[in-house]
Amino acid sequence: MIRFILNNKVIETDAKSGMTLLDFIRDNQHLKGTKIGCREGDCGACTVLVGTEEKGVVNYQSITSCISPLGNANGKHIVTVEGINLPEELNVVQTAMKDNYATQCGFCTPGFVVAMTGYALQDTTNDASCENAISGNICRCTGYKSIEKATVTVEDKLVAKTGNNKIEWLIDNGFIPDYFATIPKKLATLEEEALPKGGILVANGTDLYVRSADILTDQEVYLIGAESDLCFIKIENNSCTLGANTTVTHLMQNERLNRIFPKLKTYLKLISSEQIRNMGTIAGNFVNASPIGDMSCFFLALNSTLYIQDKTGVLREVAFEKFHLDYKKYDLKDGEIIHSLSFEIPNEQTSFNFEKVSKRTHLDIASVNTAARIEVVKNTILSATISIGGVSAIPLVLSKTNTFLQGKSLTSEIVKEAEHILQSEITPISDVRGDVTYKRLLARQLFFAHFITNYPTKVALQKLI
Amino acid sequence: MKNIDSYTHLRGESLFVDDMSVTHDTLFGLTFDSPKAHGKIVSVDYSKAEQVSGVVRIFTYKDVPGVNQIGGIIPDEPLWAEDEVHFWGQPIAFIVAESEVIAKKARLLIEIEIAELPVITTAKEAKAKGSFINAPRSFEMGDTQKSFANCEHIFEGETFSNGQEHLYLETQGCYAVPLENGNIKITSSTQGPTFVQKITAQVLGVAMHKIEVDVIRLGGGFGGKEDQATPWAVMAAVAVSHLKKPVKYILNRHDDLRMTGKRHPYESFYKIGLDEDLKIQAFEVEFLQNSGAAADLSPAIAERTLFHATNSYFIPNVATTVISCKTNLPPNTAFRGFGGPQGMFVIESAIARVAHELGIDKSVLQEKNLLQENDQFSYGQIATQVEAKNSWNSVKQNFEYDILKAKVAQFNIENELFKKGISLMPITFGISFTNTPMNHARALVHIYQDGSVGVSTGAVEMGQSVNTKMLQVAAHTLGIAPEKVKLESTNTTRVANTSPTAASATADLNGKAVQKACNALIGRLTTVASNMLNVAESEIRFVDNVVKVDSEELTWEEIVAQAMLERVALTENAHYATPIIHFDKTKEKGHPFAYHVYGTALTEVTVDCLRGTYEIDAVSIVHDFGNSMNIGIDIGQVEGALAQGIGWMTMEEIAYGTDGRLLSNALSTYKVPDVFSAPKKINVRPLTTGGHDLAILKSKAVGEPPLMYGIGAYFAIQEAVIAFNSNYKPKFHSPFTPEKVLKGLYE
Repeated sequence: MIRFILNNKVIETDAKSGMTLLDFIRDNQHLKGTKIGCREGDCGACTVLVGTEEKGVVNYQSITSCISPLGNANGKHIVTVEGINLPEELNVVQTAMKDNYATQCGFCTPGFVVAMTGYALQDTTNDASCENAISGNICRCTGYKSIEKATVTVEDKLVAKTGNNKIEWLIDNGFIPDYFATIPKKLATLEEEALPKGGILVANGTDLYVRSADILTDQEVYLIGAESDLCFIKIENNSCTLGANTTVTHLMQNERLNRIFPKLKTYLKLISSEQIRNMGTIAGNFVNASPIGDMSCFFLALNSTLYIQDKTGVLREVAFEKFHLDYKKYDLKDGEIIHSLSFEIPNEQTSFNFEKVSKRTHLDIASVNTAARIEVVKNTILSATISIGGVSAIPLVLSKTNTFLQGKSLTSEIVKEAEHILQSEITPISDVRGDVTYKRLLARQLFFAHFITNYPTKVALQKLI
Repeated sequence: MKNIDSYTHLRGESLFVDDMSVTHDTLFGLTFDSPKAHGKIVSVDYSKAEQVSGVVRIFTYKDVPGVNQIGGIIPDEPLWAEDEVHFWGQPIAFIVAESEVIAKKARLLIEIEIAELPVITTAKEAKAKGSFINAPRSFEMGDTQKSFANCEHIFEGETFSNGQEHLYLETQGCYAVPLENGNIKITSSTQGPTFVQKITAQVLGVAMHKIEVDVIRLGGGFGGKEDQATPWAVMAAVAVSHLKKPVKYILNRHDDLRMTGKRHPYESFYKIGLDEDLKIQAFEVEFLQNSGAAADLSPAIAERTLFHATNSYFIPNVATTVISCKTNLPPNTAFRGFGGPQGMFVIESAIARVAHELGIDKSVLQEKNLLQENDQFSYGQIATQVEAKNSWNSVKQNFEYDILKAKVAQFNIENELFKKGISLMPITFGISFTNTPMNHARALVHIYQDGSVGVSTGAVEMGQSVNTKMLQVAAHTLGIAPEKVKLESTNTTRVANTSPTAASATADLNGKAVQKACNALIGRLTTVASNMLNVAESEIRFVDNVVKVDSEELTWEEIVAQAMLERVALTENAHYATPIIHFDKTKEKGHPFAYHVYGTALTEVTVDCLRGTYEIDAVSIVHDFGNSMNIGIDIGQVEGALAQGIGWMTMEEIAYGTDGRLLSNALSTYKVPDVFSAPKKINVRPLTTGGHDLAILKSKAVGEPPLMYGIGAYFAIQEAVIAFNSNYKPKFHSPFTPEKVLKGLYE
C-alpha cells in the first residue's frame, strides 16, 4: 500500500509502485492540470512538487512527474497545480504570470506555475533564483520574456518574506492555500509502510523512465532511491564520501562542497534542469554508463573510489576509473549496488575545472564534457587528472595525456603538445551531437579551456592555436 | 485586455482534448507505422498483436469505407499505406485497445516485411532523380539576363536552411464519439476543423453533415496542426464507424515527432547582380523545396517562398523558380511563415555574401535597396503604405545603431576569447492566404435574452489569443462590457466551410465577420432603442452597456428585453470576404495581399570563441502593428515568433539518417530555446502608423511576420565568427549550431 498526500487529500493506493506519478495523477485521480508534454523530463509540463517532512517542517522540491515512479511518493506531500490554486482567485505567481501576458496557449503554463511556486516554498535566502526554478520548463509560445518578468515580480514579492514560519507567510500573502499549514502534522501521522524490496532496481528514475516507462508502469519496482542510508555527504580528513543516492541538488546545496569547488553551482547548472537535479542521483548517472555522463566525468577527474555493496552488505572498493568497462558495461555483479563514492579533497595548489558544451547550454546532453584536476607547484605540474566524455565508448580518463603532463612546466607549449596526445587517446563517432571533426575540435578547445580558465597568466589561446 | 483564458490556463483548468472527460466505454488508438523509409510491403502479420488481451481491433486501408486518401491540394497521400511505404513513420495500421498501454504492447508484436527501395532524403537528390510533387512555379519581373550584362558585381551561390519541428507542447490528438444515425462528433486539436470534417467524410464515404468537428483550443499549433491534425482524427473516426464506441487518440511525443512533417528544408541557388551604386539590379533563385513523400501543403508553401524571395527590397529584375521535390521524408508542412522565411534567408544570404566579397557593411547594401512607396513586387502588386525605410530608420535611431556598432568594434579589439556581432533584419510580409478563394470567414453572434452574448467564429484559439481579439471586437462593436461576451468553441455545425486558422489572417477575416454581425445586430437594436426613447435612430449610441440620449438612459439589458418582446432577431450570421485581392496563376501576377506588415530587428550576439557557444545579447525591434488593438498580446506574438525564428536559425537541428530515419527523434536530441537561450533583452517598439483598413480595427496581422526577425541571429553570429577568424568563408547553411560556429572559428 502506497500512502501519501496529494494536494489536500490522503491517498492510499494499491497501484503499482512502478506506475508513473503523472499517470496516477491524471488517470487515477483525474487531475488534468498536470500535462503530458514529452514523457522524458525534457519539457516540464508535468512538474509537481514533492514535500518531505523533516522535524516538523516540510521541504518542497519540484520534479517532473512523467519520469517519477509512484512509489517514490510514499510518505510525501505531492502538490499539483490544483493544490496550489486558491479557492476563487489567482495566487501571487499566477497573477504575476497573467499581468505579464506570460500565458499564451496555456499548455505549459501549469508546469511553470508549479515550478515557480516551488521556488516560493524554498528557502530563498540562498542564491537560488526563480528563473532557475523554471530551467526545466519549455514554452513554445512566449519566447520567455514575459515569463521572466513574472519571475522578477515573484522574487520582488518574496523579499518581504519574514518570520520563522515561511508556510504561514506564504499563506497570508496569497502564494498558497490554507491547507498547507496542516500538512506537516498530516505527514507526521501518515502511517506509511516500507514498500517491498523486489523487482527492477530504480533509483529515482530520471534515466530509466525515459527509456523504459512503458515496461515499468505496471510493475512493482525496488525503489532504492528512497533508502536514506545511501543519501549522505561526509567530509572529513581531506576526504569526501558521497552516498549513492546523493542527488545533484544535494551537491549544489552543500556549503562545504561549494567552498571546495567555488564554481560548483556554475558547473552543476549545466546538468539537466532543477526538476531533474532534484531527482537524479550520482549512482544513477554512473550506472546509466553513458559515455557522456556528466557526474561520471566530474568524479573521474577527482580520482574517486567507488564502494560497491553486495547482498549481504559487504563493501568492496573499485577505482572509479576501472568501473566502466565498455559501452554501457560496468563492474557490478548480480545483487550488487553502488553504496558510495569517495575522493580526496583537492589541496590548495590543485585546481579543478568542469567544461561542457551542448547544442543548448542548459538541459541538454553534452557533445563533449571534460573535467580537470591539476596540481601545480612553482609552475610545475605535479599531477593532472583530466577526464573527458563523448569521445569514447565510456567516460574516459586521459591517462596518457595525464602521464605526459606530470612533471612538466605549465606553459602553452606543453599544453599544446599534450593536446596531440589527447587526440591519440580519443575515438569519437559522428552522431546527432556532432561529427567526428567537431568532437575532436571541441575536445581540444575544452582541454585548452581548463588551462586558460585556471591559469590565464600562463596559458594563452593565441599560443595554442 | 489580457488573454481571456488566463484564469483557467494558470489554474490548470483549461480543457485540451486530452483533458476532456471520456465515457467509460472509450477505447484508445495507436498507429503502427513504417519502420522503413521506402519499400514494398511484402507482408504484415497482425496475429500476435490481435491476440493481446484488451486489443479490440486493428484497422488498415482495407477497413476504409470510402476513399483511402487524405491529400488536401493533391490527392497523393493515403490515410494508411497499401502496397508501398514512402517514409519512415508512414501510418500502416491503427490499433484500437482498451488502453494505450495495451495498444503499445500489441504494436511491438506486429511483424512486417518490407522489400526496401532506394531512399531519397535531400531535395538535390530528388531533383537529380526527377522526383517531384508537381510542376515548378516561376515568378518573373523585368529581364534578369539583360540586367546581369550591365551589372558591376555579380555573385552566385548556394544556401541551405534546415527544417524545423513545430514542437507544439500539446501533441496531436482527438476524441471521436459516435452519435445517432452513424453521425460522428470529433473533438480535434486542429487548426483546420473543416479540413478534418471534409477528409473524414471522404474517407468514410459519407456526407459532410454527418461529421461534426469541435475545437476547444490547441496547446500550440504553429502550422503543424493545419493539415496534419487530420489523419489522426480520421483514423479515430474510421474506428468509431466500425466499433460504434468512442475512440480517443493522443499521440505520444515520439510518435508525433517521427510521423509528422516539419518546416521544409530548402536548398537554393542564387545569382545576384548590382550596379556600381550598389543597387541590386537583378536576382535569380532556384529554390529546391524538400517536400517529403506527399504534397500536403507544399505547393502553397512553395508559392509563398516566391512571394517573399525579395523580402523588403526592391529589385527591378527578378526571376525565381521553386521546385517541390518529392523525397522519402514525412510530408513537410505549414510552419509559421509558410515558406516565407526560407525565401528571405536566401536574399539575406545573397546580400551578406556580396557585402563580404566587396568588404562593405551588409547594412549599407540593405539600406540602399529597401522597398519604397509604389515599388512593384515581382508578382505585380504595387507596394503602398510602405514602412520598410521607416522601421529601418526608426530602429537605427531608437536603438543607436551607429554607437552600438562602434562599441562592438571596440569590444572585438579588446577581447580575444569573446567576439560580438550585430545585424539588421528588415521584414516585409504579405497578409492574406495566397490562394485568394480561402480569404473569407463567418461569425455567428447570439444575443441571449438576458443580454449576454455568445460568439462563434471559424477561428481556432491556439495561444495567439484570437478569441480575446474576437471578444474585443464584439464588445467594442456592441458597446458592452467584455464580461458580457463569451467565445464559443470552434464548431463546424455553427460556422461551416471555414478556412484554417493560418496565414496570420484569422483575426482579420473572422474579426471582420464578427464586426459585421455585431453591426447588423446593433442596427436592429438601434431601431428598438429609438422607439423606446422616441428619438431618431441617428441619436442612438451603444456605449458602456447603455444608450443615453439627453437625460434618458436605457440599459443594454432593457433594450434586449424589449427586442425579444418585439420579436426582433437577436442572432446574426455574417460573412466576410477580403475585397481587392486577386491573383492570376497563369500569369503569376496580381494583387494577392490585403496589405503587408513591415518591421526591422537589430540583433546583437556574443560568441565564446574558445568553446563555440553563443548568447543572444539583445534583439531590438521596431514593428508595424498598424494600430494595435491589444499591444500586450501583440508584443507577446512578436517575442514568441522571434524566439522560434532564432531557434530555427541556431539550435534547432532536424537530422535524418541516409536511410530516412529521424535521428532528432526526442526532446533529448531536438532542442528548442529554453529560458536561458532566449535573447537576454528583447525591446519591441510599435511603429506609429494609422494602420490599414483591411486589418481588423486597423490592427495588423501579427502571427507570422516577426518569426523572420530571427534570421538576424544567423548573420549576427556570422559577423562575430568573422571578427575572430578573418579567413572564415561564410557558408549560409542554417542552423548555425555551436558545432558550425566552432568549426567556423577555426577553419
